[in-house]
Amino acid sequence: MSAVTAPAPRSATGVTTAVRPPVVTGLGIVAPTGTDAAAHWRSVLEGTSAIGRITLFDPSSYPVRLAGQVPGFSARERVPSRLIQQTDRWTHLGLAAAEAALADAGAHPAELPEYELAVVTASSSGGTEFGQHEMENLYQHTPEWVGAYQSIAWFYAATTGQISIRHGLRGPCGVLCCEQAGGLDAIGQSRRLIRTGAKLVMTGGTDASLCPYGLTAQLTTGQLSTVQDPARAYLPFDSEASGYLPGEGGALLVVEDADAAEARGAGHRYGQVLGYAAGFDPPPDSDRGPVLARTVGAALADAGLQPGEVDVVFADALGVPEADRAEAAALAEVFGPCGVPVTAPKTLTGRLYGGGAALDAATALLALRDQVIPHTAGPSAPAPGYGIDLVLGEPRHQELRTALVVARGYGGFNAALVLGHSAFRDT
Amino acid sequence: MSRRAVITGVGVVAPGGVGREAFWKLLSDGRTATRRISLFDPASFRSQMAAEADFDPVAAGLGPRQIRRMDRAAQFAVVSAREAVEDSGYDFAAADPARTGVSIGSAVGCTMGLEEEYVLLSDAGKHWLVDHTYGVPHLYGYMVPSTLAVEVAWEVGAEGPVALVSTGCTSGLDSIGHGVQLIEEGTSDVVLAGATDAPLSPITSACFDAIKATSPSNSDPEHASRPFDAERDGFVLGEGAAVLVLEDKTAAEARGARIYGEIVGYAGRSNAFHMTGLKANGREMAEAIKVCLDRARLDPSAVDYINAHGSGTKQNDRHETAAFKRSLGEHAYRVPVSSIKSMVGHSLGAIGSIEVAACALALDRQVVPPTANLRNPDPECDLDYVPLTAREHAMDVVLSVGSGFGGFQSATVLARHGAVDHEREANAA
Repeated sequence: MSAVTAPAPRSATGVTTAVRPPVVTGLGIVAPTGTDAAAHWRSVLEGTSAIGRITLFDPSSYPVRLAGQVPGFSARERVPSRLIQQTDRWTHLGLAAAEAALADAGAHPAELPEYELAVVTASSSGGTEFGQHEMENLYQHTPEWVGAYQSIAWFYAATTGQISIRHGLRGPCGVLCCEQAGGLDAIGQSRRLIRTGAKLVMTGGTDASLCPYGLTAQLTTGQLSTVQDPARAYLPFDSEASGYLPGEGGALLVVEDADAAEARGAGHRYGQVLGYAAGFDPPPDSDRGPVLARTVGAALADAGLQPGEVDVVFADALGVPEADRAEAAALAEVFGPCGVPVTAPKTLTGRLYGGGAALDAATALLALRDQVIPHTAGPSAPAPGYGIDLVLGEPRHQELRTALVVARGYGGFNAALVLGHSAFRDT
Repeated sequence: MSRRAVITGVGVVAPGGVGREAFWKLLSDGRTATRRISLFDPASFRSQMAAEADFDPVAAGLGPRQIRRMDRAAQFAVVSAREAVEDSGYDFAAADPARTGVSIGSAVGCTMGLEEEYVLLSDAGKHWLVDHTYGVPHLYGYMVPSTLAVEVAWEVGAEGPVALVSTGCTSGLDSIGHGVQLIEEGTSDVVLAGATDAPLSPITSACFDAIKATSPSNSDPEHASRPFDAERDGFVLGEGAAVLVLEDKTAAEARGARIYGEIVGYAGRSNAFHMTGLKANGREMAEAIKVCLDRARLDPSAVDYINAHGSGTKQNDRHETAAFKRSLGEHAYRVPVSSIKSMVGHSLGAIGSIEVAACALALDRQVVPPTANLRNPDPECDLDYVPLTAREHAMDVVLSVGSGFGGFQSATVLARHGAVDHEREANAA
């Protein structure tokens, strides 16, 4: 008999009726703001920006020369040496974050049922730098110069596969590519996996596409800021908003079935996954409007919450005026004008694509734990007419029961995730 | 959980002819579409063959802006989606866009576009600091594979959940599993689910050459893809797409839709062993099959046909044969098993959906597609692989499996509409 949970599911994918929200028991953060969760959280509360001139390559010939790089990340110290050469930097960051998340959760996969341990990560663009190197080998030399690891390092599933193998997680493995929204979709998918029998899911995402070809591709969207002052380049919701800056890194989270987490003594730790929804914007030439407000509403309904029960919103905050206006309008539509505190600590890191929304969710969980809303460093005030209560200047200490995280991915992806304090509705 | 997902539309772009009927004709004739690569000069490569789709985007109905913007993989996806939509008769324009979802799989995304643009911007690899001033407007759309799902969503006006699922060579099974889940959990009423890959470019050939995964039998391309044959020596790359219209069963029945079959089971497991290596015992694939049948509430003996991963590598075919024996017991020796990769090659992430499309058509026509080129049976692969010739066969339940880099193993089960409902209810009791 298989290890699938009894009673026999009534559905093809094993979906059972949800009983309790899953809980987040471990965080692994490798971000421009810090290579562990504590350092990241300290930087966020202090408003210490990690934006600086790109040093991973010489950026002087590009109009964007600023980014959020992960400083002091040593793959040698955090990743088995054999895997360093077999994988892209994006996977190095993911492996380091996954190991940290498991340690933080106090979970030992070898002691848990192997098929109930799952992985689902977000990837935005795969092993970009590795791929550029190998294409260079191919075109500057001959096909024999392309290394054996190109086949396992470049593709979007590399990080999930390597995490599964390294930690012996033999349940379902998944990868979702929804650009910056992917991190929330992965966490939403982790809840689905728990509803289909998984007990522990490694989820989240990382990104590292700061190489010349990666940056060149990003430039073609016209959404990156070319302002050269690190303090003024990425100012979401500000009247001087001029686009965003890219970054690298991200976060992995250990999400567990609540009963299973309690059974192994892990409790609820950081908080609960209360609700999730995804939606997609109509094409640019459509006369239909964006779907963000509806998506947020669906996530709240999924969580069984009224808008007034949301205590803070971690915004997508693209930094492109038209997109900022649309996000502010959606939040005002759901919560009323200035109806909820809004923040975007991502100004300190830039947008991390596949890692971005996962890091936002991790930051939101730290905020719930410590009952403090980190501020948005950089903007001086929301542009006139936006009608949002943007938390500026310094962190705001207040009771936080729930947090909403919003993300949008290039092309029209929308996702909303509702997180709850570890004791919220706990009986 | 009473909602179930049925297939009401099938669209295919595959080697051997564009469209669902050309695809089925190739399979039922047992012809192969593998040939010497024509998309680029393969002379410097170890493996010089592929199953190429004879695809003309203009003839397929795409406009100039779409053709300029879309990578070949996106073109395949959109053309397949159109055929599936037309086949289904579902009125997307009248549907609530918020209740329409998209789940597209792809292993390598827009590789061709990325590589072509890289060559231009780096002056054939001369410059690490590539020249950004010539970046085409849609270059970022090539870098993020999510573009493939975006294009399908635009095609049908979907405003519900849209996802690009990328789990290597199981992408096409996993994307359909994801679509089924959206319907079962009540998020979507209709989902365009499928997968696409257009990997036939120098970098793909080079990376599979490097690990000797692809067949070097260049002197005889038509017979190079030889799953389960004693002389098999690797897979032959392919390209293509398949997209299905998945609907809530009750709603599909109510509108009188033609139903190819119901997806009654899906499961994935991972071997946590090696990114490319497989243990010979097939343990985790067997587990995926067992869980899948358990979810379907079907006994292993109910399986009437297995569409195998059957890539034609030494280790895969042995691994998979062991997995079938391990999960189905003695029944593994009685059930016909075949690999259509013998005819359409291995299109990486797309093939899982192309194979589910083949299963839907097999159920519909009650014909098992053969394993072409299987002339010298491997003693280690001792099941009924339906060699060379298609077979008429009564089928209610078909199983399709996939195995991919990362150690991922996926399985899905389709049932002919209404054929095994009583059995499944009895098993659930």
